Amino acid sequence: MDALITAVGLQKFFGSFHVLQDVDFAIAKGEVVCIIGPSGSGKSTFLRCINQLERIDSGYVTVDGEMVGYRRDGHRLYPLSDGEIARQRQAVGMVFQRFHLFPHKTVLQNIIEGPVGVLKRRRTDCVQEAKVLLKRVGLAHRADAYPGELSGGQQQRVAIARALAMKPKAMLFDEPTSALDPELVGEVLNVMKELAASGTTMIVVTHELGFCREVADRVVFMDAGRIVDSGTPGEILENPRNPRVKNFISAVL
Amino acid sequence: MRDIESAGSTPFVIVPPRKIWTKVLGAIVIILLALLVRAFWVGDIAWSYVGDNLFAPSVLKGVVGSIVMTFCTMALGILLGVIAAIMRMSDNPVLRNVSIGYVWLFRGIPALLQLLLWFNLALIFPTIGVPGLFSFKTVDIMTPFVAAFLGLGIQQGAYTAEVVRAGILSIDKGQTEAGLSIGMTPLRAMLRIVLPQAMRVIVPPIGNETIGMVKLTSLASVIQYSELLRSVEDVYYVNSRVIELLIVAAIWYMVVVTVLSIGQIFVERHFSKGWGGHRPTQPAQQTLAEEAA
Ligand SMILES: Nc1ncnc2c1ncn2[C@@H]1O[C@H](COP(=O)(O)OP(=O)(O)OP(=O)(O)O)[C@@H](O)[C@H]1O
Ligand SMILES: [Mg+2]
Repeated sequence: MDALITAVGLQKFFGSFHVLQDVDFAIAKGEVVCIIGPSGSGKSTFLRCINQLERIDSGYVTVDGEMVGYRRDGHRLYPLSDGEIARQRQAVGMVFQRFHLFPHKTVLQNIIEGPVGVLKRRRTDCVQEAKVLLKRVGLAHRADAYPGELSGGQQQRVAIARALAMKPKAMLFDEPTSALDPELVGEVLNVMKELAASGTTMIVVTHELGFCREVADRVVFMDAGRIVDSGTPGEILENPRNPRVKNFISAVL
Repeated sequence: MRDIESAGSTPFVIVPPRKIWTKVLGAIVIILLALLVRAFWVGDIAWSYVGDNLFAPSVLKGVVGSIVMTFCTMALGILLGVIAAIMRMSDNPVLRNVSIGYVWLFRGIPALLQLLLWFNLALIFPTIGVPGLFSFKTVDIMTPFVAAFLGLGIQQGAYTAEVVRAGILSIDKGQTEAGLSIGMTPLRAMLRIVLPQAMRVIVPPIGNETIGMVKLTSLASVIQYSELLRSVEDVYYVNSRVIELLIVAAIWYMVVVTVLSIGQIFVERHFSKGWGGHRPTQPAQQTLAEEAA
């Protein structure tokens, strides 16, 4: 399988607390994987390791065949510089639970900050693309608003557009709808469904089992720092064989 | 209870308190102020000297000297403060400790003492330069301007470092992570994302310190830098009108400080972009029209 992102033997500690215990994972190009599991099971930490927002204690991650965070020479690994890590992060977009839009910049400025400021592309081209992206997330008319003037659902859609503006190879979503009022969840999920349908590679941490069932190619269940079970939505959500998964699903529904 | 019932259908009337003591206090303050003004008026002050010297060229030159020194020292102070604050928050222990040492040293020594040390640097190092390449006599370089600039600017940087650090700490870590996630280096995320937002917290105390600096530049008079206090001193050494000229200086300090205070309002407004408030929001009709289009 030509995996776009792989994690091999991932270990992560916070002090003496073993957050990720030997996690192996792979996602193919164009695949949509949903990660579910109880609070504190290490789902966010796993995503953050992929994007190098957390340091990995053991094991490694590759994105598009390239080892993340290190340059490999035989059996030796040399840590990359800040600049090289920044370049690697460009390949992976991230959407946060609490949006983290830049409040001092308008919606349009938020979206072009990456392509213009980081990729040094021509501003007029980037503005053009940003407008297309905004239309795609249904916010073409809010380009000049500041994030503080938008609803949570609108902010999260801008955050998705901001990540897409870097043309990443994969998108990571960390509970993108958990901070939203119930009536705003749908508009964000709809944008994500459209992304999935257009072939975007996505890893989505979520508690929205309905979304998993409809969109995911594969569902991964994490508990206490391990991947406990993984399979098609039918296998995991409809007739879970693992008792812990079964407990979790029945508790959420 | 009985009171309320007996009010019946007639409406209640609120009787404002008479605030008699506020009025008495106000009257006393006004009388005291009047006495004070009278005391200064009949006192031994030749007000005509105040008027004559307020716009005297040498005094105006002093005003300009004070303003120039304030801007130069604050620019140096903010530059050093931002650098020291970023160093302080770095992962590198050498940078961190250099920053801590800088703040410790230059915040600990009185400003006047620092001025005198810089001004008298020639006593320690008669020449400054790179051996074999070039060398200057220290007395030529350490003019009053340079000594005051370095003395006040460097100690201002030590104070500003703490202000900037507090501002940076006030910004959610998620902002940095969002910057990193779109491919910024940590330094770029600091300069483009965190610092501009931190400015909202940093500007009010910096404004305060700029106003402090206007007055602190008067220290430079002891090393012969021609700022406002020095220039009025030069006049009263000649005509002996000490109080009149000190009043001239006081008036000018008040003017400069007032102008700066007003400027601060505009600077704060600039950095509060995006936090609601001053920016006119899009008219509702336009939004609806675009949505329909
Ligand atoms: N920076 C940190 N320092 C110490 N402990 C941490 C840190 N970040 C997370 N943890 C701990 O690691 C564990 C896993 O956290 P993580 O955020 O990955 O869980 P999660 O599965 O995303 O949970 P949730 O559904 O609540 O978001 C939790 O017990 C959390 O308290
Ligand atoms: Mg989480």
